[in-house]
Amino acid sequence: LELGETLVIQQRGVRLCDGEEKVKFDSGVLLLSTHRLIWRDQKNHECCIAVPLSQIVFIEEQAAGIGKSAKIVVHLHPASSNKEPGPFQSSKYSYIKLSFKEHGQIEFYRRLSEEIIQRRWENMPAGQTIQVNKDPQARRIRAVGIVGIERKLEEKRKETDKNISEAFEDLSKLMEKAKEMVELSKSIANKIKEKQGDITEDETIRFKSYLLSMGIANPVTRETHGSGTHYHMQLAKQLAGILQTPLEERGGIMSLTEVYCLVNRARGLELLSPEDLVNACKMLESLKLPLRLRIFDSGVMVIELQSHNEEEMVASALETVSEKGSLTADEFAKLVGMSVLLAKERLLLAEKMGHLCRDDSVEGLRFYPNLFLTQS
Amino acid sequence: LPQAKYKERGTVLAEDQLAQMSKQLDMFKTNLEEFASKHKQEIRKNPEFRVQFQDMCATIGVDPLASGKGFWSEMLGVGDFYYELGVQIIEVCLALKHRNGGLIMLEELHQQVLKGRGKFAQDVSQDDLLRAIKKLKVLGNGFGIIPVGGTYLIQSVPAELNMDHTVVLQLAEKKGYVTVSEIRSSLKWEMERAKQVLEHLLKEGMAWLDTQAEGEPQYWLPALFTELYSQEITPEEAEAAIP
Repeated sequence: LELGETLVIQQRGVRLCDGEEKVKFDSGVLLLSTHRLIWRDQKNHECCIAVPLSQIVFIEEQAAGIGKSAKIVVHLHPASSNKEPGPFQSSKYSYIKLSFKEHGQIEFYRRLSEEIIQRRWENMPAGQTIQVNKDPQARRIRAVGIVGIERKLEEKRKETDKNISEAFEDLSKLMEKAKEMVELSKSIANKIKEKQGDITEDETIRFKSYLLSMGIANPVTRETHGSGTHYHMQLAKQLAGILQTPLEERGGIMSLTEVYCLVNRARGLELLSPEDLVNACKMLESLKLPLRLRIFDSGVMVIELQSHNEEEMVASALETVSEKGSLTADEFAKLVGMSVLLAKERLLLAEKMGHLCRDDSVEGLRFYPNLFLTQS
Repeated sequence: LPQAKYKERGTVLAEDQLAQMSKQLDMFKTNLEEFASKHKQEIRKNPEFRVQFQDMCATIGVDPLASGKGFWSEMLGVGDFYYELGVQIIEVCLALKHRNGGLIMLEELHQQVLKGRGKFAQDVSQDDLLRAIKKLKVLGNGFGIIPVGGTYLIQSVPAELNMDHTVVLQLAEKKGYVTVSEIRSSLKWEMERAKQVLEHLLKEGMAWLDTQAEGEPQYWLPALFTELYSQEITPEEAEAAIP
């Protein structure tokens, strides 16, 4: 709003139509001020159209019908030649329709009528006032549906483009500096290799933490960067605390994917990267914490309580399968209340240990007690 | 004695360089802070800018998503954006696994993730999804990216899909299904090879068999059913997604 201009009333859920035709302005907030009628797109706040009240000839109400919202029809003067360009060059209508999809038209109509009658904009000059050519015999009468529109959209877009080029420039400069860091780290790594183990453990840890900060892969081992830093040690200890109860609730075992989701959902901010989690878990056993990382043949990674013994669980799994005759991973998972992923791993382990046999058909993978073993 | 001196000198050299790196690191951190104060919003709001940023990092050999403790993550907030996206991707894939066997088209995943994020969340592009998925792989959950017909199928289960399986998926992408004859004529395989691949997909729940089809049986891939896109995730499915 300009200086001297006051807001009178606003209403959301309004569609703006060019005469009888629907255009893209279908959901917006309609604002009435002492000087203008303004429509702003609800989704894209930069899309903004305004009509000076002085351009309004008269207004009428259109009652709601079945499936139709109530409307206000705003009849406008032809645009003057010094009007600023807007989204429409011309239109065959000389009026616009405002469709109140969320009601509010009664009050809005009343206030709009008042403002038009009072003509407060004449008393309070504000911003630009567009001179109205009231002469009906004006040389070029272009009937326009939407007049006096401000082209904020175009301005905003230009500004955004300028911001982006500056950002790219700054980004390039930043990357140059980052590249220097990468070169330096390679040089240090080479020195370390040359010394062949004469570097102290403390120096190694320091170096690794520098790499971690920059996101540079360890040039020496090429392994997942940052493993073995203080950060991961601390993280491992934290995890041991956080995961104790959830693990107990889930039978002592959880997949690493479940852990990732659980921990990050709880944190909300400053989330762990997948690599952070893996690197921390790799340290669990060496730190003598009550959890450990286990990797199955399939590549599936899990966290187990130290007290958890998957091989013992296999014995009970065998019992369950025997009771039912045979089970698929899905069926077993439902029975025992486990995730399908872990249920499958348990059954596969049981098979590996020789307790179960598989029947692999298009119907699915089904496990049976290994009668060859028990009945030979 | 000379050897000891040599070693000593070696130690000093590394120490010098580490000290230098430490100093340069501090300077870099300052530069990054400055960059962040001016352009952090740009990264958050602009998917194209994110792509540029990621590409530049990759070119110089830096992984901004390696650790939440890295400077990039801490100062630019890129980490949280992608790690949270990872959680959302996992949840959608888990919820829909029983429908599609653990295969989902990138487009469908994109739609479902956007829906889950709500109207006021930051925009997320397909490129963002792919980067988040690449990071998830390290968790040993079988996440994989399979190129098909100009886009990608996302695998989210640790099922083995080799070149043969992939090529049949690519063949099936056009119509959503494939038949043994089509495989044999397009790929010039023997019957046995074609059947093995299709059976594997059936077993994994990634393909369904339509024996009632006209002519010969058709193998449909739920992941490729375009009509099923943007079908809501049911409350039961959503529950299954949260372990």
